[in-house]
Amino acid sequence: MSLYVDIEKRLGAFYLRSKFEVADETLALLGASGCGKSVTLKCIAGIVTPDRGRIVLNGRVLFDSEKRTDLTPQQRRVGYLFQQYALFPNMTVEQNILCGIRAGSRSEKRALAAEKLRMFRLEGLEKKYPAQLSGGQQQRVALARILCSEPQAILLDEPFSALDSYLKWNLELELSDLLTGFHGPILWVSHDLGECCRNCQKVCVMENGASSPVTDMETLVRYPATQSAAQLTGCRNFLPAHRCEGGVRLDGWDILLPLHAAGERATVSVPDGAITVEGGTHTARVSRVIRDLNATAVVLRAAEAPDAPPLCVVLPEGVRAAEGSTLSFSLLADRCRLWEE
Amino acid sequence: MDWYPLWNSLRIAAISTVIIFFAGIFAAYYIARLPRLIKGVLDVVLTLPLVLPPTVVGYLLLRVLGPQRVIGAWVLETFGVKLVMTWWSAIFATTVVIFPLMYRTVRGAFEAFDETLAYSGQTLGLSNAYIFWRIRMPCCRQGVLAGTVLAFARALGEYGATSMIAGYTPGRTATISTTVYQLWQTNNDALAYKWVAVNIAISAVVLLTVNMLERRSLLRGASRARSVKA
Repeated sequence: MSLYVDIEKRLGAFYLRSKFEVADETLALLGASGCGKSVTLKCIAGIVTPDRGRIVLNGRVLFDSEKRTDLTPQQRRVGYLFQQYALFPNMTVEQNILCGIRAGSRSEKRALAAEKLRMFRLEGLEKKYPAQLSGGQQQRVALARILCSEPQAILLDEPFSALDSYLKWNLELELSDLLTGFHGPILWVSHDLGECCRNCQKVCVMENGASSPVTDMETLVRYPATQSAAQLTGCRNFLPAHRCEGGVRLDGWDILLPLHAAGERATVSVPDGAITVEGGTHTARVSRVIRDLNATAVVLRAAEAPDAPPLCVVLPEGVRAAEGSTLSFSLLADRCRLWEE
Repeated sequence: MDWYPLWNSLRIAAISTVIIFFAGIFAAYYIARLPRLIKGVLDVVLTLPLVLPPTVVGYLLLRVLGPQRVIGAWVLETFGVKLVMTWWSAIFATTVVIFPLMYRTVRGAFEAFDETLAYSGQTLGLSNAYIFWRIRMPCCRQGVLAGTVLAFARALGEYGATSMIAGYTPGRTATISTTVYQLWQTNNDALAYKWVAVNIAISAVVLLTVNMLERRSLLRGASRARSVKA
């Protein structure tokens, strides 16, 4: 059981190239907005027609530009959870769910709908209209409706973008619980690394319409394959560097990293885990202290070159720093990554 | 008082509204999907009757449907029926004149429709016909109804093109508007006032209906927004 996608699509100046394969697992499509994640989903669902390529679901060819195969969305059996859930506003919760049931007599359909309503804790809401439901309830109705249509794959398009952040955590748990009953490929589109990390086994980073190879979450966070992947993992520091004897030197800083650079100039990404403070080998001036919700970060500037690009460091618990003071730190070179044009 | 003009006006307006209901919806749905250039051209052509003087529409219709013209002559020869100067000739005139009203209003409603609803219906396996009649139409109901009522009201009041293509024959092609003109010509003020009153009454009811529909849609929109926030 798997979903294979290899498509190209030109939309004005935008050029989409998506290629990946998903088994019965959850694959995150991770990328900034406008990178082609949603278009990819629409191509798989049959809403948008790719220019070239192949889409195969469980051995069934959904789209093949060479053989001129292009199944309608109805024939594809791909469930699509839209960002705003796309519940039919003129129908009640029950009618919406009945819409998802493809076959069976009237009474069979009603029985199945009643069962799904119970499973999704929607009892008592049968006669309500979508506009009368909370965001979380709407999402459950949409998901129940999709599962009723017995899809062979499920596409989730930014499932939490329509919700307030304080609701997200619980709803995420709920959504992954409800999805555990589904056996088949799931594509989870998101721009939030944490969300992907909590809910997906594999990840495919998309950048400017191009997909990168599928990796597991751990690999992405530890060894991002591209600079933008490093950005998506939440890395704050991208510092310019130049080649020198024994490695590269960060511009303006007296810090030598034993990283191999082919050219003269490079960019070094320094993730939070690559910096240890106190008792380090380098010193810097604390130019700003930023208090976040559950951590404190400091902006460090090189004492000898205050105009050099600063380094942002999250302080471990218990460590305090005042603006204007001096802080010592070390960089773990093996956690830093070097990027060249 | 001879009520024939009222009956005649109502049946002409009703029949042309039924025709335009389907034609307008059909055009609004399919033209929106055409390439931009063709869409622009069709848009202009189909909206033209709205801004043209009705006499120009009537003149063009006579040029096409008159007994000595291509279509008119062919129909006369084949079926032995004259297309002009009968009560139903007015239907040609009203249909052409009210088409843009329906087409424009429905197109506006369709453009405001959230296409993801149609897409989600498709991925759930619903047929396109089901999506159109059970989801798209109910969601655009206010606009479609408003367009229909406006088209009916305009058809009821059509004078220029109607008088040219159907003329005025008491008891045969007379409508309210042509009757009022005839009564004024013959200085029959007493009867003219009565027909004017009838006309104003009908128009007022129609406009009240339109207002009610619009108010309802506003209220519904507001209550929806409120419940979404809560």
